[in-house]
Amino acid sequence: MGLKLKSLTKSPWVYHLSTGSCNNCDIEILDCLTPRFDLERFGIVLVGSPRHADALLVTGNMTMKSMERAKEVYNQMPKPGVVIAIGTCALGHGVFDGSYVMPNTVDEVLPVDIYIPGCPPKPEGIIAGVAKLLTMLRQKA
Amino acid sequence: MTWEEIKKEIKDKYDKKIIKWFEHNDNRIYVDINPEDLVEFAEYLFKELKSRFIIASGVDTPRGGIEILYHFDFFQLPQVFSLRVFLKKPEIEVGSLSPIITGAKWIEREIHELLGVNFKNHPDYKKHLILPEDWPEGKYPLRRDQ
Amino acid sequence: MSEIIPIGPYHPLQEEPEFFRLHVDGERVTQLDIEIGYNHRGIEKLAESKSWDQVVFLVERICGICSTSHPAASINCMEDLGAIEAPERAQYIRTIICELERIHSHLLWLGLAGHFIGYNTVWMWAWKYREIVCDVLEKISGNRQSYSMFKAGGVRRDILEDDIPWIRKKMDELKPSLDMFLGAVSDDPVIHARTKGVGILTKQQAIDYCVVGPTARPSGIEIDVRKDDPYFAYDWVDWDMIVMEEGDVFAKTACRILEMKESVKIIEQCLDKMQPGIIDLEIKELPAGEGIGRAEAPRGEVYHYCLSDGSNFPSRYKVRAPSYTNILSNEVACIGQTVADAALVLAAVDPCYCCTERVVVVDDNTNTEKIISGNDLIKLSHEKTKKLRKELGI
Repeated sequence: MGLKLKSLTKSPWVYHLSTGSCNNCDIEILDCLTPRFDLERFGIVLVGSPRHADALLVTGNMTMKSMERAKEVYNQMPKPGVVIAIGTCALGHGVFDGSYVMPNTVDEVLPVDIYIPGCPPKPEGIIAGVAKLLTMLRQKA
Repeated sequence: MTWEEIKKEIKDKYDKKIIKWFEHNDNRIYVDINPEDLVEFAEYLFKELKSRFIIASGVDTPRGGIEILYHFDFFQLPQVFSLRVFLKKPEIEVGSLSPIITGAKWIEREIHELLGVNFKNHPDYKKHLILPEDWPEGKYPLRRDQ
Repeated sequence: MSEIIPIGPYHPLQEEPEFFRLHVDGERVTQLDIEIGYNHRGIEKLAESKSWDQVVFLVERICGICSTSHPAASINCMEDLGAIEAPERAQYIRTIICELERIHSHLLWLGLAGHFIGYNTVWMWAWKYREIVCDVLEKISGNRQSYSMFKAGGVRRDILEDDIPWIRKKMDELKPSLDMFLGAVSDDPVIHARTKGVGILTKQQAIDYCVVGPTARPSGIEIDVRKDDPYFAYDWVDWDMIVMEEGDVFAKTACRILEMKESVKIIEQCLDKMQPGIIDLEIKELPAGEGIGRAEAPRGEVYHYCLSDGSNFPSRYKVRAPSYTNILSNEVACIGQTVADAALVLAAVDPCYCCTERVVVVDDNTNTEKIISGNDLIKLSHEKTKKLRKELGI
C-alpha cells in the first residue's frame, strides 16, 4: 500500500467529474493545463477514464441525477485513490443551498480528502491545493 | 412590417378573442386570451406574421389556476408580445404548440414536469426532460403547495 | 508541446452532462435523441426565496462561461419592471464587460473546436490569448470568471481612469491574434475539408427550431438582441452584425471570429466615449408587475421574465438560456453526418448545456447498441483529420 501511494504522489493522473456545476470550476481546472499555469510540470495529467486515474477532481452540486454516476466513477477508480472537491458548490452547495434536486453534498456521497474553496478557485488556488494534498500523502507514505 | 402594422393586423383579426390588451411600455405587450383560442392565435403569429417563439413561462397563481405566458418576438423589432392563458384547476390542460412550432417541444415537457400542465397532442412526452428518473409522480416543484 | 493530450469529459464546453443517442446506418447518423437534466439545479424555484439583489448573484452561476449575460438579462428584467434608466457611465461599463466576456467565450470555443479537429496548437494559442481577456476582467472586477459587476440601477465597481491605457494596450495585443485565427481558418485546407458543408442547418430549419445567436446568424437569420432591442450602450457605438448564409460549421466558426473583432471595436469606442459620472442609482425597491429582460450572450439570446408582487422577493422568475433552443436543432443538423463529424457538429452550437461525455450509437440495421465515450469521439475526429491530411498531401 505504501509503495502505491508513494508512486501516486510522483505523477498523479486525474479524472475530472462534474456533478452538476456551472462550469466555472471546470474551466479553471482545464486552464491549469495551459502554458501559463502548466500543471504538467508536476506530472499531473488529465485522463479520459476513471480506471486510469489516481485522483478524482469533483466539481458541482451532486444533483440527484448525477449521484449514481458519481458513485460508479468512484468505484471504477483503482484504490488507493484520492478525491478532491473543488469549488464552493462541491463544498456545500454555495448559492444553490436549499434546492429541491440536491439532497446531498459531495462529501455525503464520496469520501473527500481535500476541499478547495472558491467560486471559482483560481488556477493558482487549485494547484496549491493539489500540491498540499500530495505533500500530505507523501508524509503518510 | 412595422410594429404599428402588426398591432393593427392582430387587433383586426382577433379583436373578439382578446380579453385584455396591456402595454407595460412601448416594447412589452401582454395579451390575455382563452385557452381554447391559443393554438389558432399562436399559429397565426408564427406562420402568418412570421414571428419567433422565444419561450413559455408558467406560474402557479393564488387564484385557483396556472397561468402560462407564451412569449413571441418579431425578429428585427424590439417588441416582445406575450400571450397569457389561465388554466383553471383541476383540469389544467391546453393545446400543445409543438406540432406547429418545433421549438416549443422542450419547454412544454418542462412545464408539464414542473407544474403538471397537460399539453394536448404533444408529440412525445417520453421520460423526464429535466427531473431525475425516480422523481415521485404527482409532485410538481413549482406549484405553490410544494 | 505538440503531443495530443487526452482530454476526458467535455465539461468545459458543457454545463451539463448530457446523453446523446445517435442512431446510425453504417457510418451515417440517421437520428439523434438528446437527454438533458443532469445539471438541473432548481434555480427558478430557488430564485423565489432570494431577494432581488441576491437573484443577480444566483443567475450569474447558471453558466460559468457566459456568466455575465445572465446578470445582464436579469438587470434588464428588473429595470424593465421598475422603469429604471441606469446612468450613462454605468451603461458603458456594462457594455465593456459584456463584450470582454464575448471575446473570452468565443476564444474558449475556438480552442476546443481546434482540439476536436486535432489542432492542439489552435487550442493552446486560443486559450493563451484568452488569458489576456481574463487579466483585463480581473483588473476591472477582481475575478477572472464570475465578475459580479451588475446590479439593477448601475454597476458595482468603476473602471479607474489609470487602468484605461493598460486596457487599451491589452486590446491592441489581442487584435493581431484575431487576424491570425481568421487567416488560419480561411487558409487551411484541412479545416475547410472538416468544416465546410458539415452540419448544415438550413434557414427554414433554423426558423422552425427558433434558434438564436451564432447558431442562427450563420444560417442567414438576422437576429441579435443588441441590434433589435438595444440595451446598455449598444446603440451608441458603431458595429456590424455578422450574418452568413451557409449554415455549416465553417460559417459558425468564421461568424464567431468576426464577432470577436467587432467586440474589440465596441470596447474601444466605449472607452473613448465614456464620461465621468455616477455609476449607480442605488435602487431600494421594485414595484409590483411583470418584467422581461433580454441580453445577447455569446451563445444567443438570454431571456428572463419576472413577476413581482411589490415585495423584496420575486413571485416567479423564469430563465431561458440560449442553448435550450439551440441544442435541439442538433436533431436535424446531425442527420447524414458521419460519427467522426458528430462531435464537431454537436459542439458547433457552443453548448453551454450539454456534454458529449457519453454517447450511445445505435445501429438501426443490426439493432446493436454501442456506448462510446466523448474521448472516443474525439479520437475518431482526429483520425479523420489525419486521413484528410494524407489525402491532401500535407
